Amino acid sequence: MIDFSFTEEQNMLREMVRDFANNELKPIAQKIDEEESIPDYIIDKIRELGLLGASFPIEYGGSGFGEVGYCIMQEEIARACLSTATFIGAHQSIGTNSIYIGSTEEQRQRFLPALTSGEKIAAYALTEPQAGSDAFNLKTRAELDGNEWILNGEKMWITNAPFANVFAVFARTKLGISLFYVPAETPGISIGAPEKKMGIRGSKTASVTFDNARIPQDYLIGREGKAFIYAMKTLDAGRIGLGAAALGPMKELLELSTVYAKTRKQFDQPIANFQAVQFMLADMAAEIYGCESMLYRTANDYDHGVVTSRQAAIVKLRCSEALDKIADLAIQVHGGMGYSRELSIERVYRDSRINRIFEGTNEIQKLVIANDLIKRNGKM
Amino acid sequence: MNILVCISRVPDTASRVIVGSDGKTIDPQGIKYIVNPYDEIALEEGLRLREKNGGTVTALTVGGESSKEQLRTALAMGVDSAVIVKTDSSFDSFFVANNISEYAKSINPDIILLGKQSVDFDSLQVPSILGELLGLPSVSVVTKLAIEGNTVTAEREIEGGKEVVETSLPCIISAQKGLNDPRYPKLPDIMKAKSKPIEEKDAVNSDERVTVMGIEIPLKKRAGIILGGEDKDIDEVVRLLHEESKVI
Ligand SMILES: Cc1cc2nc3c(=O)[nH]c(=O)nc-3n(C[C@H](O)[C@H](O)[C@H](O)COP(=O)(O)OP(=O)(O)OC[C@H]3O[C@@H](n4cnc5c(N)ncnc54)[C@H](O)[C@@H]3O)c2cc1C
Repeated sequence: MIDFSFTEEQNMLREMVRDFANNELKPIAQKIDEEESIPDYIIDKIRELGLLGASFPIEYGGSGFGEVGYCIMQEEIARACLSTATFIGAHQSIGTNSIYIGSTEEQRQRFLPALTSGEKIAAYALTEPQAGSDAFNLKTRAELDGNEWILNGEKMWITNAPFANVFAVFARTKLGISLFYVPAETPGISIGAPEKKMGIRGSKTASVTFDNARIPQDYLIGREGKAFIYAMKTLDAGRIGLGAAALGPMKELLELSTVYAKTRKQFDQPIANFQAVQFMLADMAAEIYGCESMLYRTANDYDHGVVTSRQAAIVKLRCSEALDKIADLAIQVHGGMGYSRELSIERVYRDSRINRIFEGTNEIQKLVIANDLIKRNGKM
Repeated sequence: MNILVCISRVPDTASRVIVGSDGKTIDPQGIKYIVNPYDEIALEEGLRLREKNGGTVTALTVGGESSKEQLRTALAMGVDSAVIVKTDSSFDSFFVANNISEYAKSINPDIILLGKQSVDFDSLQVPSILGELLGLPSVSVVTKLAIEGNTVTAEREIEGGKEVVETSLPCIISAQKGLNDPRYPKLPDIMKAKSKPIEEKDAVNSDERVTVMGIEIPLKKRAGIILGGEDKDIDEVVRLLHEESKVI
């Protein structure tokens, strides 16, 4: 038998995060979008509640909720505000997680507690101006000089960069691509102006330039030249987490659309009476059921150490497409009101679009899936 | 300070309630259960009193096995220990108060905190019955609480105003909205709550003093009609009263 039920503490986690999101986040989500910033007090509360280290083992200062717990949390946060979910994801699921995945035991003890407690905020710095989908082509270099590494190069589109305390930086060394723990206050680092974006406007993304930035030799995470594997493993978790951040808003939009369809009257009756509207609701529900099922199955496999990159890529691909589709349908159900900034739906429509681009574009997800299939003669 | 907080398991107010097939209970299917919101305020007050004065907070519930879920929430919020007084049968307010009273006698708390009412049956009786059973002062519907030494000053809500009363420890306080904003349990504490023990006691039975004969979902309120002030509107009012609501 397969047991699909959540544990008591997973349910408590969901309840707590939902309460927090409903009471504190939802009322200001529109403001976060308009002012392009998450207020500091919200970040403080998120830190105090332990949300910034939810997934990591207790021995490194996390709460031990694993990927499943992380997904539950992100679902509920994203339901209220995708900008905030993006901030959390960049810190935890890719920023801190790449350091967790790559680190030696000693490095985990040294670096993780400040990150899992949220005392320090992390950012994941892989992408460069010339290395987006082709991340392997990255040009940032690190050279050993005595007992220090000297970093030179430019990273682009780095979420959390304007306020991060730590950058997980992927750079080329003699032996290949290596990962570095880089404190933001290191001299020689400069941060660009935040990008002006279409959606998730409350999350801050900027370029990071390294001009002879020197860091201690033992800030190279794990083994030299092995970091492209760390980067890809990190993205497996990132992509599953992205699926969760897409699933939350899907559920929210279905609820809003159903209630609206029951109350909005045209031709002397609720528009929910019209099959054309019912079909939209049914399509949304079918998408959500599929996404939710694959998301938690995959997150559970991740926690059991048996997940494949193909699975994570499928979750990312399907969930990002589904939220785009559902946001579109939700606007359609709401008619003119859906297009109005008075409601939150147009915001989700804009926020959703990034999911098909970051953490690897959906075309890249299909390459990951297809490469794996070809290797295995099509066997799933 | 030895603090006892009593909590109950109630359906989430956002759940849609359906009457069960026996006509006397609600259909538990699809219902989410939570800590009674007023009890959460009582829990928060208990934790704040401990933070200020030291001591321990014990959370107690009278109910079935599933009520342990609510005790876990109390543990995650930070109480020191949790006790379930177990019963499988249905029960009334006296039964609950009597069992709280029995347990309270065994630990002699300085203060007993409860919600002013449970949002399921809304009887508002337990805090007062408990006061009688234990022979302790019981202050209900409290919105502000100050304790200096043994002196307790409580502001309580009364119809159209506020009343300030003074009493002394040990006493019973029932919490109203406004007393505080309950904290969210923190993630690490949710995880730790799993491994904390819950003490189990068997309930003391008592004769049922209130028997539920039946429950019903209230009739849906119909949307109001607003008419103008012309003569024809007056005629319409008369017609509606006569033909629709049949009151004249
Ligand atoms: C808001 C935002 C936040 C981000 N946050 C981070 C972050 O925190 N850290 C980080 O490292 N990066 C981050 N990124 C970068 C993001 O991961 C990249 O934008 C993404 O990987 C795509 O790279 P690109 O923008 O260079 O597009 P390109 O690689 O130039 O792609 C352009 C188009 O070409 C297609 N394409 C490219 N190669 C192929 C191929 N082989 N086959 C088929 N189609 C192909 C793509 O799918 C896409 O449609 C962020 C980006 C944004 C917009």
